[in-house]
Amino acid sequence: MAIVTDSQRSVTRSEVHQAITRQNKHIPTIALGVALLVAVSFTLLTLFALLARIITQAIPALTEKGSGFLTDTIGSEASKVGIWPGLFGSFGIGLGVLVIAVPLGVGAAIYLEEYAKKNAMTRFIIVNIRNLAGVPAVIYGVLGLIIFVGWLKPVTNGGTVIAAALTLAILVLPVVIITSMEAIRAVPLGLRDAGYGIGASRWEVTRDHVIPYAMPGILTGTVLALARALGEAAPLIMIGAITGLLPETSLSGKFTAIPMLIYSWSGRPDSGDGGVGWSNAAAAAGLVLLVLVLAFNVVGILLRNHFEAKRVGT
Amino acid sequence: MNGLLAVADLRGDPRRRAHDRRMRRLLGGSALVTIVVSALILFVLARGTLDFLRSVGWDFGILRDSSKAPGWFPRRERFDLLTIFAGSVIMGMIAMLVAVPLGLGTAVYLSEFAPSKVRKILKPIVEVLAGIPSVIVGYFALKFIAPNIVNPIFSPDQPRNMLVSGLAIGVLVVPIMASISEDALRAVPSSLREASYGIGARKSTTTIRVVLPAAVSGIVAAFIIATSRAIGETMVAAMAGGRDGSGPRTLNPLEPGLTMTAAMTNAAGGTDQVNAGAPFQVLFFVGLLLFMMTMTLNVIGDRFVQRVRQQY
Repeated sequence: MAIVTDSQRSVTRSEVHQAITRQNKHIPTIALGVALLVAVSFTLLTLFALLARIITQAIPALTEKGSGFLTDTIGSEASKVGIWPGLFGSFGIGLGVLVIAVPLGVGAAIYLEEYAKKNAMTRFIIVNIRNLAGVPAVIYGVLGLIIFVGWLKPVTNGGTVIAAALTLAILVLPVVIITSMEAIRAVPLGLRDAGYGIGASRWEVTRDHVIPYAMPGILTGTVLALARALGEAAPLIMIGAITGLLPETSLSGKFTAIPMLIYSWSGRPDSGDGGVGWSNAAAAAGLVLLVLVLAFNVVGILLRNHFEAKRVGT
Repeated sequence: MNGLLAVADLRGDPRRRAHDRRMRRLLGGSALVTIVVSALILFVLARGTLDFLRSVGWDFGILRDSSKAPGWFPRRERFDLLTIFAGSVIMGMIAMLVAVPLGLGTAVYLSEFAPSKVRKILKPIVEVLAGIPSVIVGYFALKFIAPNIVNPIFSPDQPRNMLVSGLAIGVLVVPIMASISEDALRAVPSSLREASYGIGARKSTTTIRVVLPAAVSGIVAAFIIATSRAIGETMVAAMAGGRDGSGPRTLNPLEPGLTMTAAMTNAAGGTDQVNAGAPFQVLFFVGLLLFMMTMTLNVIGDRFVQRVRQQY
């Protein structure tokens, strides 16, 4: 007695055939796919609109000034303005991050991953670092204003590029620590055991095996931290970076940085005579900052991908 | 000494051990710096808050403006907390209305739908978006979102308003929402997906009824952490929010508004003298509130992230 009739059998067969050859149109799956593609395209469109707006607005200012845009000082006319004081300040900030945040951050990461006992104190330090990573930038500005501009005035001379570098170094410290800890954690245990097995001390194993192996990840963190520090403006407003004219650049006087110039110039009204206006100057400064920050980010992402690809093999 | 090893021999060279101990102290010291930083942040904010409260004579009534036109006017010693709190919350909500669909959609697409070749290109692009400095997004808000999107559709009275600023903050937090949610989605074991396919579920059913519920705590974490970033965002709110340091209380997103963060930068930027009385000191008080709000959100968000890690 046939339980399944021939016609039913052929229906089932065709359904299975369709399913296997993906000829079946399942409406909810298509709808979900379309909705997701819309979300992704909006995200991409935003990025492209942003880049396009910055680039098209920047071109008039850059063609007018040429390389003088990078080397001239800030002027009172939009068409004659340069960003040299901003570059100087941003360079000082980058240097501060490299000299202060990287050694401190990598050191802390090594301690927490290699030396620290897994006790309540260590857990507290790690939770605290995670919290610091989420503290808004403007709060670090308050810290910088009181500690580096106020208390450490003998060292920093007040609201100078040194105070800015210290403030932003502290701001990116958690980023350096967290990425370095992840890099160090990814070092295979066998590497350490081999070192200890031949009588090396903890520091010797760390210096000769763990750090070199974790280096790409540590570099990634460094690069991302630099990019972050170069783009921050809120803490600089708090510690008194200036937005007006700055005739000379020095370590002991007033300072500014590229993000501050963009902030200040974006708010100025354009003359409307069709020439190079403040919004063009702001976009050109923005383009310089974007190129710097994105170059750092791309290097960081490439380093990490390279690093991850290598790890899978081992 | 008959050729046997003593315990002391196994300990190694005392000089090397001493060096190891020095390095341990040095490295431990750098770890402690982070605790010092947190302590200093708290100390600075608390001390400034006390100074502020002393300046206004411990009059907490001053924090709630009950006049006919309430608002945040620090120069006139009118500190209506509700004004800047509403500004932060409204701009934060608009930002999340942008960031949740775009960020979560991108994450689900990347994790569940994108072919690996597309993923390899798309993921770095999202990360590039994450690296764009907030001043540049602020510029984008002023020179693109306001004139090309918000003005033609809503024609608000002011080109700079809470909607423009909120949308731009949304652009800024999309990558945060996307990357944390994507991590959570990818942490869902493929065995769950396979089991779902094995009993005949389609892709949409598997994604919506299996993968998303399994990743829910990570997605909640993404939402909370992104909210915290949106509330703490300063530059976009200061550039596109439309109020330079003072303004009336309003709940209308098409009107200019002031966030807690923008109120802080304005309090610091307006004066050259440090400690210029209550209008300056109020920045510490607002900073302390902001610090507590974002920290609470971050701690809750982190709990959810940890939960994802423990499950799988």
